[in-house]
Amino acid sequence: MIETIRSLGRWGLNTFERLGRAHIFLFQVLTGIPGLAFRGSLVVQQLFYVGVLSFALILVSGLFVGMVLGLQGYNTLVDFGAEESLGVLVSLSLVRELGPVVAALLFAGRAGSALTAEIGLMKSTEQLSGMEMMAVDPIRRVISPRFLAGFISMPLLAAIFSAVGIFGGFLVGHGLLGVDDGAFWSQMQVKTDWYGDVLNGVIKSVVFGFVVTWIALFEGYDAIPTSEGVGRATTRTVVHSAFAILGLDFVLTALMFGD
Amino acid sequence: MPLIKIRDLHFYRGDKAIFEGVNIDIHRGKITAIMGPSGTGKTTLLRLIGGQLRPDKGTIEVDGQDVHKLSHSELYELRKRMGMLFQSGALLTDINVFENVAFPIREHTQLPESMIRNLVLMKLQAVGLRCARDMMPSELSGGMARRVALARAMTLDPMMIMYDEPFTGQDPISMGTLVNLIHKMNEAMRLTSIIVSHDVVETAEIADFIYLLSGGKVIEKGSSVQLKKSSSQWVQQFMQGLPDGPVPFHYPGVSFSDDLLSPEEIV
Ligand SMILES: Nc1ncnc2c1ncn2[C@@H]1O[C@H](COP(=O)(O)OP(=O)(O)OP(=O)(O)O)[C@@H](O)[C@H]1O
Ligand SMILES: [Mg+2]
Repeated sequence: MIETIRSLGRWGLNTFERLGRAHIFLFQVLTGIPGLAFRGSLVVQQLFYVGVLSFALILVSGLFVGMVLGLQGYNTLVDFGAEESLGVLVSLSLVRELGPVVAALLFAGRAGSALTAEIGLMKSTEQLSGMEMMAVDPIRRVISPRFLAGFISMPLLAAIFSAVGIFGGFLVGHGLLGVDDGAFWSQMQVKTDWYGDVLNGVIKSVVFGFVVTWIALFEGYDAIPTSEGVGRATTRTVVHSAFAILGLDFVLTALMFGD
Repeated sequence: MPLIKIRDLHFYRGDKAIFEGVNIDIHRGKITAIMGPSGTGKTTLLRLIGGQLRPDKGTIEVDGQDVHKLSHSELYELRKRMGMLFQSGALLTDINVFENVAFPIREHTQLPESMIRNLVLMKLQAVGLRCARDMMPSELSGGMARRVALARAMTLDPMMIMYDEPFTGQDPISMGTLVNLIHKMNEAMRLTSIIVSHDVVETAEIADFIYLLSGGKVIEKGSSVQLKKSSSQWVQQFMQGLPDGPVPFHYPGVSFSDDLLSPEEIV
């Protein structure tokens, strides 16, 4: 009994200590960002690894999610004779929810896990220590550019996901099921609000990008420098990111669309 | 005044004491060797000097500055003047040998490309790896990687270099060359060198002063001649590498027979 309480206490202390470290880490990473103004090439390189290499995954997934939305939406709407509204259904689901959320989940799996593994391995092979001793701050040189790249890539990827998804919905709706294309696009344009829907979706993806990149980089930087430690950290990145994305999505949705 | 002044150094890993009251002076322009059995904390000592670890008690001064009282930027300024060769090499694995050696120059100076090229090739020539410059770190052998790391540690022409096991994994020829190189660099560039090494013969040959560490304390210090004449059995055994004597080979703990006779650990 006492032992259980003790281990619970230890777990609590460890968790809060880690949380504290994560915030100090975030602070250090953010202070390194202004200096990147002179090191643009570092960011561009990371934009390629973090963003461009996730592109294909986002493209394909977006297309299929949109196509499924088109099929399912049509089947429901057609019973009410409202299949003309398919465009609205597809665009609102994607722009408000699925775009940011699914893109962020994919991003965590594709780019987040890679970031954690990379940083964790750099730590375990003493590359980060080596940089420190060469008077190069590894947080500024290695972490900050990756953070900025993740933060920039995520909203763009989510936007691409939504755009491709809408196109996928159109392909199925118009091409396969014969929904009138004029109605599809015009209803969508009328019912999708620039501020209420698009901007809120963008805000979500910005928040997700921030959090996922933060989690991924911190897990790598804080990993126990062994192969097992890095492996666990990579798993934690994906799991914690998923929790964070879904939890924050609920909170943000409640704040934005709640009233 | 010594370049590095370590006073009453205490350092613990959990409950285990690594250092308990160590005093060391490293003099300018000299080669100082730190020797001791595996696991005594030689690498830890170098990390303490470099400011990567914090002592629990005591001070470390480098060039008159207390390493652990410096601000972040002051510490990084100081580190520009310290070179360190890691036991593992610690090369950056995503760039090739040339870029690894060029890395500190690119990070800290605005030199033109042609000058960087000359500098890097010069350093690589010194360690015999000029023609391996396009190889990636994963393609190097352990000994080659350590030589690249040595070239990298020299690139900024620091005031001091700390070598952590520079000779392990070297064949007799490159070992001889490296011993010579470290010796010559120390004279030509007025460097201060700290060598951590198990290669007693090679190290004793070039070291001006030797510290023997064990059990968290300095056991003996002096020039290699003095140490060879030392009356301590411990020192004699270590310097000559004899298997029997007071130097423990085993990590401390319960005796082997007790361990064999304690079945309660078996679940
Ligand atoms: N990260 C760590 N956590 C806990 N203990 C550590 C850690 N790193 C080293 N130690 C302990 O500190 C002691 C000194 O380690 P260190 O690497 O400094 O030894 P060393 O003298 O360099 O040995 P070697 O000659 O084998 O390289 C060892 O007993 C080791 O168990
Ligand atoms: Mg060591």
